[in-house]
Amino acid sequence: MKSFFHLKHFLMRSVVATICCWSSVAAAETQLIKRGEYLFHAADCAACHVAPESNKLTGGRPFTLPFGTIFAVNITPDKQTGIGNYTDKEWLKMMHEGVGKGGRHLYPVMPYTAYTLMTDADALAIKAYLFSLKPEKALPPPNTLNFPFNQRWGMVFWNWLNNPNKRFQPDSTQSEQWNRGAYLTEALGHCSQCHTPRTITYGLSSKAYAGALQMGWRAYNLTSERQHGLGSWTDDQLISYLATGKAHGKGVASGPMAEAVEHGLRYMTHEDIAAMVAYLRSLPPVAEGPTVQDGQSGSESTFSVVSRRGKKLFVQACAGCHLPDGRGRQSEWGALEGAHSVSDPAGDNLVQVLRSGTSLETGQGKVFMPGFMKGYTPEELAAISSYVLSHFGRTHEDIKPAAFKN
Amino acid sequence: MGFDLKINGVVRNLDVPPDMPVLWILRDLLGLTGTKYGCGVAQCGACTVHLDGEPVRSCLLTVSAAAGHDITTIEAIAQTEAGAKVQQAWLDEEVIQCGYCQSGQIMAATALLQHIPNPTDADIDEAMAGNICRCGTYVRIRKAIRKAATHET
Amino acid sequence: MKPRKNKVQKGFLPSSRRALLGAAVSAGSGFLLSAFLPGLPLLKASKAQDAATGAIFSPNAFIRIDAQGKVTFIIRYAEMGQGIYTGISMLLAEELDLELDQVFLEAAPADLAYVDSVAGEEETGGSSSTRDSWIPLREAGAAARMMLIAAAAHHWGVTEDTCQARNGRVFHRDSPRSLSYGELAEAAAHQAVPVKVSLKSPADFKLIGTNPRRLDTKAKIDGSARFGIDVQITGMKIGRIMACPVKGGRLTGYDRIAALAVLGVVDVITLPDAIAVIGNHMWAAIKGLEAANPRWDYGSNAVTSTNDIVARMKKASEQSGVQAVKNGNAEAALKQADIRIDAVYELPFLAHAALEPINTTLHIRQDGADVWVGTQVPGRARQEVADATGLPPESISVHNHLIGGGFGRRLDSNSIGQAARFAKQVPYPVKLIWTREEDITQDQFRPFYYDRISAGLTRDGAISGWHHRTTGSAVTARWYPEGMQKGLDPDAVEGAAQTPYALPDQLVEFVRDEPDAVTTLWWRGVGPTHNVFVVESMIDELAHQAGHDPLAFRKKLAAHQPRALKVLEEAAKQSGWGKVLPPGHGMGIALHYSFQTWAATVLEVAVEQSGQIRLVHVHTAVDCGPVVFPDGVVAQIQGGLIFGLTMALYNEITLKDGRVEQTNFHNYRMMRLNEAPDISVHIVPDPDAEIGGIGEVGTVAAAPALANALFAATGKRLRRIPFAKQFGGEKA
Ligand code: FES
Ligand code: FES
Repeated sequence: MKSFFHLKHFLMRSVVATICCWSSVAAAETQLIKRGEYLFHAADCAACHVAPESNKLTGGRPFTLPFGTIFAVNITPDKQTGIGNYTDKEWLKMMHEGVGKGGRHLYPVMPYTAYTLMTDADALAIKAYLFSLKPEKALPPPNTLNFPFNQRWGMVFWNWLNNPNKRFQPDSTQSEQWNRGAYLTEALGHCSQCHTPRTITYGLSSKAYAGALQMGWRAYNLTSERQHGLGSWTDDQLISYLATGKAHGKGVASGPMAEAVEHGLRYMTHEDIAAMVAYLRSLPPVAEGPTVQDGQSGSESTFSVVSRRGKKLFVQACAGCHLPDGRGRQSEWGALEGAHSVSDPAGDNLVQVLRSGTSLETGQGKVFMPGFMKGYTPEELAAISSYVLSHFGRTHEDIKPAAFKN
Repeated sequence: MGFDLKINGVVRNLDVPPDMPVLWILRDLLGLTGTKYGCGVAQCGACTVHLDGEPVRSCLLTVSAAAGHDITTIEAIAQTEAGAKVQQAWLDEEVIQCGYCQSGQIMAATALLQHIPNPTDADIDEAMAGNICRCGTYVRIRKAIRKAATHET
Repeated sequence: MKPRKNKVQKGFLPSSRRALLGAAVSAGSGFLLSAFLPGLPLLKASKAQDAATGAIFSPNAFIRIDAQGKVTFIIRYAEMGQGIYTGISMLLAEELDLELDQVFLEAAPADLAYVDSVAGEEETGGSSSTRDSWIPLREAGAAARMMLIAAAAHHWGVTEDTCQARNGRVFHRDSPRSLSYGELAEAAAHQAVPVKVSLKSPADFKLIGTNPRRLDTKAKIDGSARFGIDVQITGMKIGRIMACPVKGGRLTGYDRIAALAVLGVVDVITLPDAIAVIGNHMWAAIKGLEAANPRWDYGSNAVTSTNDIVARMKKASEQSGVQAVKNGNAEAALKQADIRIDAVYELPFLAHAALEPINTTLHIRQDGADVWVGTQVPGRARQEVADATGLPPESISVHNHLIGGGFGRRLDSNSIGQAARFAKQVPYPVKLIWTREEDITQDQFRPFYYDRISAGLTRDGAISGWHHRTTGSAVTARWYPEGMQKGLDPDAVEGAAQTPYALPDQLVEFVRDEPDAVTTLWWRGVGPTHNVFVVESMIDELAHQAGHDPLAFRKKLAAHQPRALKVLEEAAKQSGWGKVLPPGHGMGIALHYSFQTWAATVLEVAVEQSGQIRLVHVHTAVDCGPVVFPDGVVAQIQGGLIFGLTMALYNEITLKDGRVEQTNFHNYRMMRLNEAPDISVHIVPDPDAEIGGIGEVGTVAAAPALANALFAATGKRLRRIPFAKQFGGEKA
């Protein structure tokens, strides 16, 4: 039995719906929807399309890009404001080529350059799942893009450059697990969309997974490089991080990564997570981006004046959750030690978390941190960040208050 | 779902959701209302209990994270040496005003003295900065901790 | 934490206002006074309690003695941390000749017997409890003592003047006989109520003026103290309330099924503008409310922001208002001034943020109701429940509880009415809690004030013209409409209309401008917290402009106020005013007379290069007349200063799209222990003066002392609260 499945295991799931002969069409339909739901999570659709302040997929979330603001669309099957009128053919064209209904070109915030790798069956399963949801009438605000980016036809040229429009091809020299992981990571999880630097035309550069800055957050280097990337992580740490958003000694997912875990990764099977880890492990090392500092800080006498002031504020507002030594207190999600974000001298993610907070749904309930902008001055937030960086990350560079000004 | 929680030395089996914070278990299910709700987001310290001797915020301590650990609340802190000293110092210095924050303050101060029997002013600042007192009893809290510490020897 | 409603401060108010206030008192208070005269029969509720408690001697509503000698004091004020249980007990015990440790305490029920005759209702606020009780409660104790003595004298067949009360017993002077209060209780109950009560002379005080251990602290260190939120009633459920985040909005929908699906949720109930999810415990209620995902029609305030409110106020402030004080000719004097300063001061909306969030427990039945709550106004609380349920007030029992911080918030009972409208929908007792987020966003806020002030100085440093026009909400108009004086809210100008200084040409005006999107309420320090900041900052500005030392300048202007000079001198001496300070440090001074108490405060601040403000030390010299409980005075000044400094540094409530932007302590920030300055309080004795209030005095002094210190340290004059964010590294 097992050998029969062996070769194309990673694709097997994609074709189940078409080859099996269920006695009832309804049962097949249910099965398809269930599979679609799983893939919907794996493709992390909700992270972008969930409406702010609700749990519905009615879109409306703004994405601020260098060339303007784009709002996520309503992906409930409402016929006027949602995706209710899409035929299967139109759906595939949208997912694979970035051309929406009526020939409108999508902007590449929608990761169709990744989804293009998805099999037709998987893409349609996701559609089946979405069509099984309750239609909701809700129109997101119109995009506000600057010329020439507000000209959708311009995307034709962008696609020539950046969207190869082809499906995933398994690498027969690699294991079945690796191939499954590659498919999940590239076609569904679209991890590269955040973690690979962009070219000048907002396409992905050739430095795959070397890390990048997206909307103020740093997506870290995922390559197998030890100092900059994931080389020093154990499999268990990686699995735990992807599945739960925390890894002992490696910190916690926050911001967009927390959303990826909350809406997508935590629903995935252990096998699939392990497959993704196997694939990530194989990424060729690129020594770029901030490095990770393990272990405790040196003596406080080496800290800057700003850092030392930051400590006073840290014990007021932060230590309640994180503990003075950063071990995290009432929850493992409060751990700071070993996190990439606290040894990145630019402090990008630290600044973001302090500015706007973060939250993550976990098996033990929601964990969250509020933003601290209203209660503290930019100077104070800069001092807290500087302290965190020097104390937990051994990075002795003060964060500037300007990072906390609007 | 059942969880075994050890509170003030007594093990209780509780059939509660895994994400339920210990604060509400203490207050609403066990009637231990000395532990207070002030903010629910680990900013005020009113809900402080000891988890294996560490001061933690019970408003964010889920039952699943607490199961299998020792929890001590204000109701039993007098049974520890440091706790009794802190309480006495609190009386002697007349620290308390409305009193709502004071369970948390006493739990934080007790943990401090258990770890550092003779704290410096900086130690006191660091250990107590997470506990808000809206009535502003800070001047007396400092004094009371110093007092409790000098009785230590 | 509200102004005195009826009490007139001597010499400060125009006589017409005094007359009006007097009328207001007498109109409604005939029966109230009687409740105060010791010995008058108890009202029914208390009689019933006597039966229940086995008391046999209850000479008045405040004292009960049973046959075993157990003495119970019924305290009509809410204990919110101000130590009033102790202070009031000291008054009663002093005259009754008891030690405090012989006394049991009980919170008074809602009952006319406990109405504060000065306030005109059962109320704890305005730093008035000790002031209003100073004579009446001592009389209550003394009358009881006299009746016990009379009973003993009668029993022994001797004259009363040969008997003496001491430590809970009556002794016969000429023989070794003595009887305990318990033994005398029954006979005392049959004694005639004394017509004339003689009070102890202060020289004989054994308790008053000492520092006994506070009566409420023991239970507060071991977790056994019961605050309103700790109430537990058999069969009780717990609910979380959420009201529309925008004032005036309505509930349009919610997911009932989803809420009921949450484990432990038992009910979802609604009001037109609010929803409550009820569960077996608070966690179920919290999760249930999340699942209910309420939807709202935000109504007409949905577009309002603080900027709109302030812009309107600013416009309103351009017109003249109702005159509170007009002496001489301010405008003419200003024209002649040598130096003239025209300034605008802005004070933000403020939340109370008491550490115990709003909560009410109710059991509403067909025939009556029980309400367990901590309130500063039990009578109003009862009326709210009556209004909400249609039950007659007599059928409603209010069980008052310890309050985890009041600061004025629990002078309003709207949350109790709201809770009653929910609770009448369910048959079981229910504890309804506001989360911290609800407590801050749905608070009734200290008004925003927009003050224009102009003052002039002559060449020789005398003030030439003073024109202060304050614009803001009139809390009095909503809370106590009878207190309005022809359009003037006396609270809005308290501390501005009367200053410690000689201001021959003075015009003080009030322009009322009510914000639609928030409700306003009393806040610790009330009018003076607002006005003294403006006045004392302005005095400081003038002193610096004229090149005078701010202390000497004040002494000169207040030369006619001997008590002012005494506190100024004491604060200056204790703080070392005038000494050389390290670079970046500055000292500021503030003087004020509020709640019949004089206080001078000197604050030393340090401002770091980065703009970080560090509070170094505060000295306050205070003269509040006779002192009942000196350590209580010290504690109140310490706490009041921290409260006021927290506000001055950090606090403001702002609105965006009609919603309050601050939600919890991470964005409505509280001062922490590691920021708190050392505070020294120096009591300036003045036993013959009228007794003054103390709970709000420290709060009033904080902002002006800090603003003046910051000016001394940096040369930067702050006319807007809060201060911290006005200091930045780049600017320093
Ligand atoms: S209630 Fe837990 S810290 Fe405030
Ligand atoms: S004593 Fe009231 S909050 Fe601390």
